[in-house]
Amino acid sequence: MTVYAVPNTEGSVVSFKPQYENFIGGKWVPPVEGRYFDEPTPVTGEIYTKIPRSNAADIEAALDAAHAAKDRWGRTSVTERSIILNKIADRLEANTEMFAVAESWCNGKGVRETIGADIPLAVDHFRYFAGAIRAQEGSIGELDENMVAYHYKEPLGVVGQIIPWNFPLLMAAWKLAPALAAGNCVVLKPAEQTPTTILMFAELVGDLLPDGVLNIVNGFGTEAGKPLASSPRVKKVAFTGETTTGRLIMQYASQNLIPVTLELGGKSPNVFMPSVMDADDGFLDKALEGFAMFAFNQGEVCTCPSRALVHESIYDEFMAKAVARTEAMVQGNPLDTDTQIGAQASHDQQEKILSYLQIGRDEGAKVLTGGDKATVPGFEGGHYIQPTIFEGVNSMRVFQEEIFGPVVSVTKFRDTTEALDIANDTLYGLGAGVWSRNMNEVYRLGRGIEAGRVWVNNYHAYPAHAAFGGYKGSGIGRENHHMMLAHYQQTKNMLVSYKWEADGFF
Amino acid sequence: MIDVTGPVQRVGATEEAVRLIDSLVSMHGPVLFHQSGGCCDGSAPMCYPRDEFAVGDSDVFLGTLPDAGGSPFYIWKPQWEYWSHTHLTVDVVPGRGGGFSLEAPEGVRFIIRSRLFTDAEAEAMAATLR
Repeated sequence: MTVYAVPNTEGSVVSFKPQYENFIGGKWVPPVEGRYFDEPTPVTGEIYTKIPRSNAADIEAALDAAHAAKDRWGRTSVTERSIILNKIADRLEANTEMFAVAESWCNGKGVRETIGADIPLAVDHFRYFAGAIRAQEGSIGELDENMVAYHYKEPLGVVGQIIPWNFPLLMAAWKLAPALAAGNCVVLKPAEQTPTTILMFAELVGDLLPDGVLNIVNGFGTEAGKPLASSPRVKKVAFTGETTTGRLIMQYASQNLIPVTLELGGKSPNVFMPSVMDADDGFLDKALEGFAMFAFNQGEVCTCPSRALVHESIYDEFMAKAVARTEAMVQGNPLDTDTQIGAQASHDQQEKILSYLQIGRDEGAKVLTGGDKATVPGFEGGHYIQPTIFEGVNSMRVFQEEIFGPVVSVTKFRDTTEALDIANDTLYGLGAGVWSRNMNEVYRLGRGIEAGRVWVNNYHAYPAHAAFGGYKGSGIGRENHHMMLAHYQQTKNMLVSYKWEADGFF
Repeated sequence: MIDVTGPVQRVGATEEAVRLIDSLVSMHGPVLFHQSGGCCDGSAPMCYPRDEFAVGDSDVFLGTLPDAGGSPFYIWKPQWEYWSHTHLTVDVVPGRGGGFSLEAPEGVRFIIRSRLFTDAEAEAMAATLR
């Protein structure tokens, strides 16, 4: 067990600056209007730094820098870009502890998680795309003896990226690594709730990239996000967030005729088949941990397994164990490596979750455990929620809306057909889990569930090289895989005739 | 756009929310609300300049809010099908950020408080829809 010192106190591995700036053209630039906003930590509710409150003029300055850099960056060899991405990964890895503690302070999540997941996954993501870009090839189609179609992958140029607050640095890595690998320049807006670790990342690796290749502009969606998403000077916008903003971003993109990738959340089913209970062994233990994954990252994950579907034949026995597993979770100081559940990312997030705990009860869902806010001694100003299990039916609001808290809604099913009906009765299709010792069963369920990612006998793994993205209302595009490169590239076809005579038309 | 307004109010707003909406309208002009869903700030209502966001045939008009400008409130139709049995009240809490919604820079965030319609309300609405 390690308890990290609070940032900016004696012995801490993190020293936040009292104020950050925008990162534009390789320099730290104050916002044009000179305005800043206070950044609170959800761990205690206290203000720990100031962040630029930027607007359209700052976005334009970043776009100027990106456009000035794009031709040269787009022409660098893939070897050179790959080497730079690997160096970024190395530096980030060497500073894992600092970023892990800083991320915990920014977002509220436990340092256990940032050390074990957020930072190493971000590191690996840069390495993966460093490799993927070197292995990428165009193609040649030999159409006949005289005509050959050559296909080249070319960068889009300047792209805009809007990052969510639930995994601030990791989500930035998911978007930056493929965009930079493919030879694009980026203007990135972090979430206003959690910008700081992305700015620390730029401090750490900014010198590795040519000026203007990476630009970070901070601020609110309506003031800085909108001028970025609606700019005719970006060739693509990537966004992770919710559906109404996703629609607004598509609307802006339609005005500029540019593509978007969107990751808009889910209401992921986690299906437990009877064979899970066939033996009291390591597999059952793993399945129960899989159930408890609803509380991973305080439930602030787009793929949170927030609907558990348990076969009626094992329901009582399985749920008794699942409730016990949930009640054993350790909630507390996010900077303690023994803490499994930290703080929700913001006050309004906590309020929203509480409103769902209320409507769940009003609709008749039964609270099996939890159901209220939590208080962590010594962190009374922080935003904590008890891990909560609701029992109910799939038509209830708590089964249909992404609560984005440590809340799971459980229901039972009779057979595979009913499991699929319930699993697919949702607006979303991002993640799903299937647990069974019978591989034929998991195959049918896995193929039948309308979701972009089906975890079979595991949950919440996010390795690079496994495509991640949504069906239905969960979005457009796939991240985490080399196919993401296609979302940041155009295809140039050169159609070459090697015939030396006229075609004979005229 | 599908209009489901009738004898029963489907949306409302707290006094504090109304004051904030009036203040946002004085800064930005007329606004509309669109209920969001999904990740991060999903399940929260988004407040945009009224001509900024295109509502269409896939949206449901739930009614106007009690602010001076009578701001319209919409929800995506597939989402409304799961929400139609609940009355929605726009409230406001201290907060930070939230998509492109206009109130975010003010250090506050609109949220939705929900309650089930009473049996009498549900009957009145059913009668209208018949």
